[in-house]
Amino acid sequence: MTDPTIDQPITRKPDFSATHLRKRYRAEARFKFYGVAAIFAALAMLAILLGSIISTGSSAFTQTEIALDIKLDAAKIDPDGTRDPESLARANYRTIVRDAMRAQFPEVSGRRDLRKLYKLVSTGSDFTLRQIVEADPALIGTTQTIWFKSSADLDQLNKGAIPRDVPEGDRRVNDAQITWFDALSDDGRTRRSFNTTFFTSGDSREPEQAGVWGAVVGTMLTLFVTLVLSFPIGVMSAVYLEEFAPKNRWTDLIEVNINNLAAVPSIVFGLLGLAVFLNFFGLPRSAPLVGGLVLALMTLPTVIIAGRAALQSVPPSIREAALGVGASPLQTVSHHVLPLAMPGILTGTIIGMARALGETAPLLMIGMVAFIVDIPRGFTDAATVLPVQVFLWADAPERAFVERTSAAIMVLLAFLILMNLAAVLLRRKFERRW
Amino acid sequence: MNTIILIIVLLGLTTFAYRYGRRKALTSVEGRVANLHSLPSYHGAYVALWCGLPALIVVALWLILQTDLVERMVLSGISDGISGMTKGQISLLLSDIRNLATGDITSRTPSPMVQAAAAHYVELQRLGFMLMTGAAVILTSGGLYFGLKAIQPTLRARPQVERIVRWLLLIASVIAILTTIGIILSLMFESIRFFGQVNPIEFLFGLTWSPQTALRADQVGGSGAFGAVPVFAGTLLITVIAMIVAVPIGLMAAIYMAEYASPTTRSLVKPALEILAGIPTVVYGFFAALTIGPLFRGAGESIGLSVASESALAAGLVMGVMIIPFVSSLSDDVINAVPQSLRDGSYALGATQSETIRQVILPASLHGIVGAILLAVSRAIGETMIVVMAAGLSANLTANPLEAVTTVTVQIVTLLVGDQEFDSAKTLAAFALGLVLFLVTLALNVVALRVVRKYREEYD
Repeated sequence: MTDPTIDQPITRKPDFSATHLRKRYRAEARFKFYGVAAIFAALAMLAILLGSIISTGSSAFTQTEIALDIKLDAAKIDPDGTRDPESLARANYRTIVRDAMRAQFPEVSGRRDLRKLYKLVSTGSDFTLRQIVEADPALIGTTQTIWFKSSADLDQLNKGAIPRDVPEGDRRVNDAQITWFDALSDDGRTRRSFNTTFFTSGDSREPEQAGVWGAVVGTMLTLFVTLVLSFPIGVMSAVYLEEFAPKNRWTDLIEVNINNLAAVPSIVFGLLGLAVFLNFFGLPRSAPLVGGLVLALMTLPTVIIAGRAALQSVPPSIREAALGVGASPLQTVSHHVLPLAMPGILTGTIIGMARALGETAPLLMIGMVAFIVDIPRGFTDAATVLPVQVFLWADAPERAFVERTSAAIMVLLAFLILMNLAAVLLRRKFERRW
Repeated sequence: MNTIILIIVLLGLTTFAYRYGRRKALTSVEGRVANLHSLPSYHGAYVALWCGLPALIVVALWLILQTDLVERMVLSGISDGISGMTKGQISLLLSDIRNLATGDITSRTPSPMVQAAAAHYVELQRLGFMLMTGAAVILTSGGLYFGLKAIQPTLRARPQVERIVRWLLLIASVIAILTTIGIILSLMFESIRFFGQVNPIEFLFGLTWSPQTALRADQVGGSGAFGAVPVFAGTLLITVIAMIVAVPIGLMAAIYMAEYASPTTRSLVKPALEILAGIPTVVYGFFAALTIGPLFRGAGESIGLSVASESALAAGLVMGVMIIPFVSSLSDDVINAVPQSLRDGSYALGATQSETIRQVILPASLHGIVGAILLAVSRAIGETMIVVMAAGLSANLTANPLEAVTTVTVQIVTLLVGDQEFDSAKTLAAFALGLVLFLVTLALNVVALRVVRKYREEYD
């Protein structure tokens, strides 16, 4: 590098004065401070993000319950006295729960007040009671103290998410309900217990009955399809491109193409899935099969790139030694190179799967946004996945869904942490430096 | 479900063929492996390929083609009843038939014709499955027979098996190309249909975007204007905001980590930043919509500004945070690739560390940093969930970051989610937007990858 000014005499003398030096050092300190500030800004955002999710979400793991003295009147549940399961299933449990509430608050009268009173417990209470009776018919004829889930609004009140000091019209719980609830609390008839429903049931319109299990199962089915497709195909194409492909324009094209495919926005894969898998091949909408196919196409470039990197890191001496003792090229790869590259390939695959796990946009395109109550049982059942469940709940207007959304995010993050941890451990355990 | 069982049975048979072929090869030389041309496992693989491959190919093709074929046959069976129907009515009828046949709830009470057609549909499907099973059984047993018959000590099993495996490897690596072709074709095909209804010039340069087309002539609103400029402008606005957040923070973080930080700090901070990249975008979207949006609105109100609850600022800021690790890790690599000799030369001339960075390292790594920023821009343009949840739907043509704007990805999602009709301009518009999105991100990626590669070669 030649500077044109170098031939001319230097007119400006370098400034060696202490003030100038101090200025330069100050600039140095400033610059360094900017760097620290940038890192702190990024980490602070991470902390705020995780903090806000955890602080809003952790309360969803408990659920307020109300104890009622239920008179399991034989005349009402099983008038024939046969204990026949069918007649047990037919009994009107709703009135039994309501009678118990009226017995608890005999002073309440009038249809409107009673309706408010009934709203203290979840609408699923009659089902809870039915299950209890069906599990143990011997209870019929006795009076039992049974804990029922409170309605989602009261649950929010109990957790402090609905403030008590705002005007009655501005909150979803009215004064009478608060008075009744407080009376129950003073009686020791309320408690907060672990919310098992959240982990065992599917989606629901009622927040207190909604859970993530349906979405978790859907996620597992979808990711299974993704793994089964993207892992073998990814490994095979990595092996071909790295070990067998001749260096020509075609393989160059494949390589450029794979690198670009890795950077295509995920929603475009969704459009592809919609146009090809749903409209052209007529596969069912909302199915884990289609979701898995789309995500497999999306993860494929990641697996291929990771696979090639892992194959590249195996030293040529291994190949030469194998070829030297008479192995065919395919034997060399399958007996020696691939096993040595496997930890790296698996790490890349897990990272790709983790990304597929968090992906939402392409699944919206193929209709996995439906409201699905049932737990999916097969690859062609309508299903949803965890991130889409988060998206759906984030849109729900009820206050109680906010904490459930955060809790679902925590479940999602837990899965992601597990997968990444597995990748890190795998790398630690099998990493080899040649 | 039956198909899965069939495939499992086929795979089981293939395993059996492998073991049997292997054993047969061994017995044919009475256990003296040296007398075989190929190792026994290759003989096994040879039989297994003969047994499994043709059958699996036939089953796969059958599954792809069957639905279409059956539907065609069902429709031709009721051709008198549907002669006067439009395409849309036929597809509606077909979905009724399909639902009835699979036992789902239909939208209308089925007419006798539909019921008969559904029965026909079920019948054809059963027939198809039986034929497929039959074909698969014949192919597997035939393959098994041929494979086993061919086994002799002199059979050149290894070269033959290896040739097939190499073909399989080649096919696997072509799938990535097929994906790209599939993306381009599907986007092009639907976009061409869209541009048949809407003038491309109007789409690219029109200033009003209101894709709700009126279903009836007398309906209010919904004139169906497809001028996408407000959508592009919204995307640009949010991307610019995201870049204003991500580039300085990401770049400074990368510089600090590459030049100042001790190895311990580096080993702690780098994974922590990568967590930001690993968080699903739907989580960022929720965070933006629930925390940042209301926060900005409250802050705006307290100083007398009206901030939309779904402001471009909130979405852009959160998107910027998401992109920070992207910029920082790419720039970190780039800065680390600058040769140490350049730094040493600068220090020897008396420059401080920051002077070295600003006057030597940054100019030397500019290519790579530009490439990283371009990749980040392409990422921001294609990002969907944050903007779907935190930016609005209204296509305002504005440069004010406090107002709600919409983006290409948001429009794609809103136009397609919950819609099953693929003839209206409204749904086709989503594919046209998708095509624009794909082409823009592709161009950015190609340029960025080329820039980065060129730069890398400079110092290698």
